[in-house]
Amino acid sequence: MSEAPLIKLNDLTKTYGLGDAAFQALKGIDLTIRKGEFVVIMGPSGSGKSTLMNVLGCLDTPTSGHYRYEGIAVETLDADQRSLLRRYALGFIFQGFNLLARTSALENVELPLLYRGMSRKDRHEKATAALTAVGLPTKLDSTPGELSGGQQQRVAIARAIVTEPSTLFADEPTGNLDSVTTRDIIEILTRLNVDRGITVLMVTHDENVAACAKRRVVIKDGLVESDSTSP
Amino acid sequence: MIWNAFAIAVREIGRNLTRAFLTVLGIFIGVASIITMVTLGEGATLAVKAQISSLGSNLLTLRPGAGFGQRGSSAGVPSFTERDAETLGEQIASIAAIAPVRTASLSTIYLSNARGSTITGTTPIYFQINKWSLAEGRLFTEADLRSGSAVCVIGNTVRVELFGTENPIGASIRIGRASCEVIGLLATKGQAGMGDQDDTIIMPLSSLQRRLIGKTSSHDINQISISAVEGTNSLELIAEITQIMRQRRNLQSNQDNDFNIFDTRQIAETLGSTTQLMTMLLAAVAGVSLLVGGIGIMNIMLVSVTERTHEIGIRLAIGATASEVLLQFLVEAVTLSCIGGILGIFIALGLCYGLAQVIKVPFNFNTQINVIAFAFSAVVGVVFGYTPARRAAKLNPIDALRHE
Repeated sequence: MSEAPLIKLNDLTKTYGLGDAAFQALKGIDLTIRKGEFVVIMGPSGSGKSTLMNVLGCLDTPTSGHYRYEGIAVETLDADQRSLLRRYALGFIFQGFNLLARTSALENVELPLLYRGMSRKDRHEKATAALTAVGLPTKLDSTPGELSGGQQQRVAIARAIVTEPSTLFADEPTGNLDSVTTRDIIEILTRLNVDRGITVLMVTHDENVAACAKRRVVIKDGLVESDSTSP
Repeated sequence: MIWNAFAIAVREIGRNLTRAFLTVLGIFIGVASIITMVTLGEGATLAVKAQISSLGSNLLTLRPGAGFGQRGSSAGVPSFTERDAETLGEQIASIAAIAPVRTASLSTIYLSNARGSTITGTTPIYFQINKWSLAEGRLFTEADLRSGSAVCVIGNTVRVELFGTENPIGASIRIGRASCEVIGLLATKGQAGMGDQDDTIIMPLSSLQRRLIGKTSSHDINQISISAVEGTNSLELIAEITQIMRQRRNLQSNQDNDFNIFDTRQIAETLGSTTQLMTMLLAAVAGVSLLVGGIGIMNIMLVSVTERTHEIGIRLAIGATASEVLLQFLVEAVTLSCIGGILGIFIALGLCYGLAQVIKVPFNFNTQINVIAFAFSAVVGVVFGYTPARRAAKLNPIDALRHE
């Protein structure tokens, strides 16, 4: 408990819709995450865990409450500032991969670097390195359609880590994958956490996947039900 | 940032060539059709105007009979006389030149070629009044007129039909019962909406009267050609001519005119407004095709919105700002619109150039319509390419990502 928290949530809520149709997905989340942690977020369907991830990853905005990322009051940022925060500090891995279609693995991984204004040569080097790190050095020119689910997810991981983010958000990254591929992906994430010190937040249903993390946060009905750290 | 957006846009165009092709096609069709229609329409208008001015813009023609054409029969109506033409020329100051004309339809023969032709007998000033110019040989002169020599000048159609490729100058042709030397070939005038002007044989009036009609005593003529002094009010001139002619023909005030005056300027104005109407019609058709092209562009842009919204979601999620994404889409739309527009202009101009030769109208480059067509499709392309992107870029990234 020596370092300042990376992420600090205070009474965070998120409501969808208005009036009678309003649905409160998050009802007041308090959560603190420190640099270098590997946190698994679990919970039943509709508990609000994905909503939490989206808000944490600045893909969505909270309705009320406070969210500090490295001391920055995220709820006060405008859309462009949130974009810049995503660009320079956050990485995402989605259940559905979300790669650009008809675009080679290399170009998909280069994309975040393009928005950083990096030169062609540097982009190419870093993207190749990232794809090598996830075990796809031979698939640089393959498009998502030519890759298996596991390979697509590795491209997505490479795209997320190519910018060397401080936090990696993974929303059910293995939800569409078989058990063998799942193990590979979890291994890559664990290595990124241990070797590079990247903070990883991962949403999962799968007990086996969750076992890789020391800290487990369980969300139920939009509230933190339990928050346990195994030794 | 702009360079960056341009690089991304070009890459994105290359990635979905079908979509790019359809967008370009929509703009291309719109631009090409409107330019082709208006350019050819204007060419046709110019062609008609040129032919009308070849008639002589200040030319008046007097004929016996109540009206011009089929309606006004000249049967039973007295002809004019040469004296009528002389009197008009003497008494009216705004007449620049006046020529008596007597026509006769006779068969013409050269070697084994024969055809019926209209023979015009007149004075040398007639060539000037009707804006005939000489292609070869010489025109007949006052001396030919006085001596009634057997000479004639022929139009191009007559040359082609009687002589083929042979040189007609100096040749002798048979007209009716007399033989006549061809001394000149007239330059082509073409069709003028009133028959083939080049189908003509012109000879001295005296020669026609003595040699072909065989009545030297007859000074009857059936037409008077008048050219007015430049800037003359043709209505006033017509009124003056009418007054003198009524007097000479002893018409009472309760009798209608038994002659008519044909004013080429009026015909020119009528034909001019007709062709203008045609051009407007063409422009309307072109406008519709531009609209259809615009709808084509709109469709392809809107169809790809879902896919593109998802793409925008991905770009936003990995850290692009809304303005960067929009700039990319704007550059994409502008690039495709410009390619389509420029392609449309070039193909249309090439097509017009070719078609203008085929349908025999002048090729007329109209800068205005090129600019308008290009600007319109560019605007359509940009508006429909950019607006859906703008809506998508305003979404939270996660909402944009949900579009699958």
